[in-house]
Amino acid sequence: MAQVTFDLARQPLRELNQYLHQRAGERDLHVRVLNPDGAHSIAAGVDAAMDIDIEGHAGYYAGGMNQHARLTVHGNAGPGVAENMMSGRMHVKGFASVAAGASGNGGLLVIDGDASLRCGISMKGIDIVVAGSVGDFAAFMAQAGVLVVGGDAGDALGDSIYEAVIYVRGRIKSLGADAHEEDMTPRDYEVLGALLDSAGHRYDPRHFRRVASMRTLYHWNADANQEY
Amino acid sequence: MGYAEDEPRSAQESWGYDRAIIDYIHRAAAHGLYEIRGLGAKRKLPHFDDLLFLAASLSRYPLEGYRERCETKTVLGTRHAKKPIELAIPITIAGMSFGSLSARVKEALGRAATEVGTSTTTGDGGMTAEERRSSKTLVYQCLPSRYGFNPDDVRKADAIEIVIGQGAKPGGGGMLLGQKINPRVARMRILPEGVDQRSACRHPDWTGPDDLVMKIQELREITDWEKPIYVKIGATRTFNDVKLAAIAGADVIVVDGMQGGTAATQTVFIEHVGVPTLAALRGAVEALEDLKLRGTVQLVVSGGIRTGADVAKALAMGADAVSIGQGMLMALGCNSDTYMQNGELHSALSDYGKLGTAPGYCHHCHTGGCPVGITTQDEVLEQRLDPAVAARRVKNYLKTLTMELTTIARACGKQNVHHLEREDLVALTVESAAMAGVPLAGTDWIPGRER
Repeated sequence: MAQVTFDLARQPLRELNQYLHQRAGERDLHVRVLNPDGAHSIAAGVDAAMDIDIEGHAGYYAGGMNQHARLTVHGNAGPGVAENMMSGRMHVKGFASVAAGASGNGGLLVIDGDASLRCGISMKGIDIVVAGSVGDFAAFMAQAGVLVVGGDAGDALGDSIYEAVIYVRGRIKSLGADAHEEDMTPRDYEVLGALLDSAGHRYDPRHFRRVASMRTLYHWNADANQEY
Repeated sequence: MGYAEDEPRSAQESWGYDRAIIDYIHRAAAHGLYEIRGLGAKRKLPHFDDLLFLAASLSRYPLEGYRERCETKTVLGTRHAKKPIELAIPITIAGMSFGSLSARVKEALGRAATEVGTSTTTGDGGMTAEERRSSKTLVYQCLPSRYGFNPDDVRKADAIEIVIGQGAKPGGGGMLLGQKINPRVARMRILPEGVDQRSACRHPDWTGPDDLVMKIQELREITDWEKPIYVKIGATRTFNDVKLAAIAGADVIVVDGMQGGTAATQTVFIEHVGVPTLAALRGAVEALEDLKLRGTVQLVVSGGIRTGADVAKALAMGADAVSIGQGMLMALGCNSDTYMQNGELHSALSDYGKLGTAPGYCHHCHTGGCPVGITTQDEVLEQRLDPAVAARRVKNYLKTLTMELTTIARACGKQNVHHLEREDLVALTVESAAMAGVPLAGTDWIPGRER
C-alpha cells in the first residue's frame, strides 16, 4: 500500500484536501496527516476507500461528508466530526465535540471517549458507537441508523426521533419528546452485538436498553398541545 | 342612508372583530389547531408599489426605449469562488423543494431558467435528476433538515446556498404534510411514507455566526473553492444578520422578506413574523455598505417580487439580483381556473371547490391537492402540468420582467440595469420612505434621517 504524509505544520490544508479529492475512487493508499493541531475540515469530502490517519487533534468537520474512506483521529475531534458521512468509517480515539455524526447517511462512526451535545442529530442511516457518554439532545430528530451509548445519556435523548434506534448502557437523564424505552428483542441483541464488534468495544449487549420513537408526533394532532 | 334589501338594518361590522377574525375564532374553537397554509403574507404591507421612478428629463438623458442596448448580465459569487455564476438576467428562480412541487414542475423551472440564461434553485428535499438535467445553472440548498443532501450533488451543483431562514417563516422549520410524502419523496428524505414531516429550524452541525465561518470553509474545501457559497436569511434583524453572514465569508447573501412564500407554514407565522422586503433590502444594503463590501458580496433579494417594476426598484435600492418563487408558480398556472392537458384546456373549478377555495384565493399548497398540478405529488394531478408548456410560460414571464426592467432602466438613462440607483427613486408614503430610505415624493424628506 502506497503511503503519503502531509505535515500541516508545513503544508496548507488546501494542499491536503486537493490531493485527497484528486484521488477519488482510488484504493490502496494510506495518508498520514501530521500536526493537525485542530485544523478544520481535515479530509472533508473524500470519495475513496483509502486509509487516513490524523495524528493528533482535529478541529471542526473532520471527515465531513466522507465516502468510503477509513479515517482515524488519534486525538480529540471538534464539532461535526463525520457530519453527513455517506459511507466508510471514522474512528475518534479521544473525545468528540458537539454534533458528532450529524445528519450522517451511512458508514460507522466510533468514538472511544465521550461525545458532547447533539451526537447523532438528524442522523439518516449512519451507525454511531460511543464508548463513553453523550451529552444532551443526542439523536435529536434522528431519522435512521443506530446510536450506541456505552456510558450515560444527557437530557432529551432522542427528542422528535423518527426511525433511528438508540441503545444505552448507562443512565438516561431524560427522554425527549416522542422517545420511549422499548423491550430489547433478539434482533436488537444481534444488531448491537455486531456494531460493538465492529467498533472493537467489549460491552455486553445484555446490559443495554433500547430507545425508539413512540410515533405519536408523526401526524398533526389537536391533543399534542405544545408538541407542535 | 341606503341599505341593500338583504342587508340587516342593524349591520355595523366591528373593526376589531370583523368577519375574518370571527371566522378565525370559530375555527380555532372547533378544531384546536392553528391553520397551516401555503404562499405568503396576504396582509397589506409597504411594498415596491409604494415607490416610483424619477425618469430622465432635463437633468438626465434617457436611452431610446426599444433599440439601444441595456445590459442585464449579472455575475454572482465573485468574492472567493473560482467559478462565479454568470447569468444573462438579474432575475433568478428561488429555492422550492421537490416534495412541495412535483418533479415535472422542477424540470419545467430548470428548462425555463436555462433558456433565458438564469439559475434555478433546489429546495428542502434534495436535488432531483430531472432538475439537474434541465438546469444549466443550479444552486443547491444546504438546509437545516439536510434532506437529500449529499456530497455527490454538492459536486454537481454550480453554487451552494446555506439556508438559515425563509421570509415566510424566519426562525421556523419547513413542513410537508403526509399526503405529499409519496414513496419517492420519502426515499429522498429518508422518512416514513405519509408522515407529517417537520423540518428542523436549526442546522444540525453549527449554531451561530462563529460556527458558520467553519461551515462555509468546509463547503469550500469540499468543492475545492470553485463554487460560490450563498447564505440565505429570512428578514428580521437584517442589518445585523447580513453583516454576520458577510463576515462569516459568504460570497452571496440572499435576503427573503416577509412577503416570501412557503409550501406550508402556520398562518400566524406567515402574517406576523419578519419584516417587509422593502425594509429588509434597505437594511441589507446598508450592512454591506457599512462593511465596505457592497459589490464584493453580492446581494439577492426575494419576497414578493412580482413585476419588472419590482425588479427595477430592488436593483435601484441596491440588490444585485432578485429571486422569485410565488411569481414563478403563478406563471406556471397557480390560481388559474384552467389547466392544459394533452393539448386541451380543462376547467379546474370543481377541484378548487373540493378544497373549499376558488381561483384567485387558493393557498392550499399544503394539501397536495393542487387543482392545476403544481404543488402536488399526486400521480393524476401532476399530469395536469406539461413541463414543455409550463417551461414556455415561465420563460415568457421572465422575458416580460426583463423587458419591463430594461424599459425603466433606459428611461432613467442607464445602459446597464445595475446602474439603477436609490437616487432614481421616490416614495409615495411616509412609511415606505422610511423603510426604503428614499425621499417622500416632492420632498427631500426621508423619515428617520437628518436632512
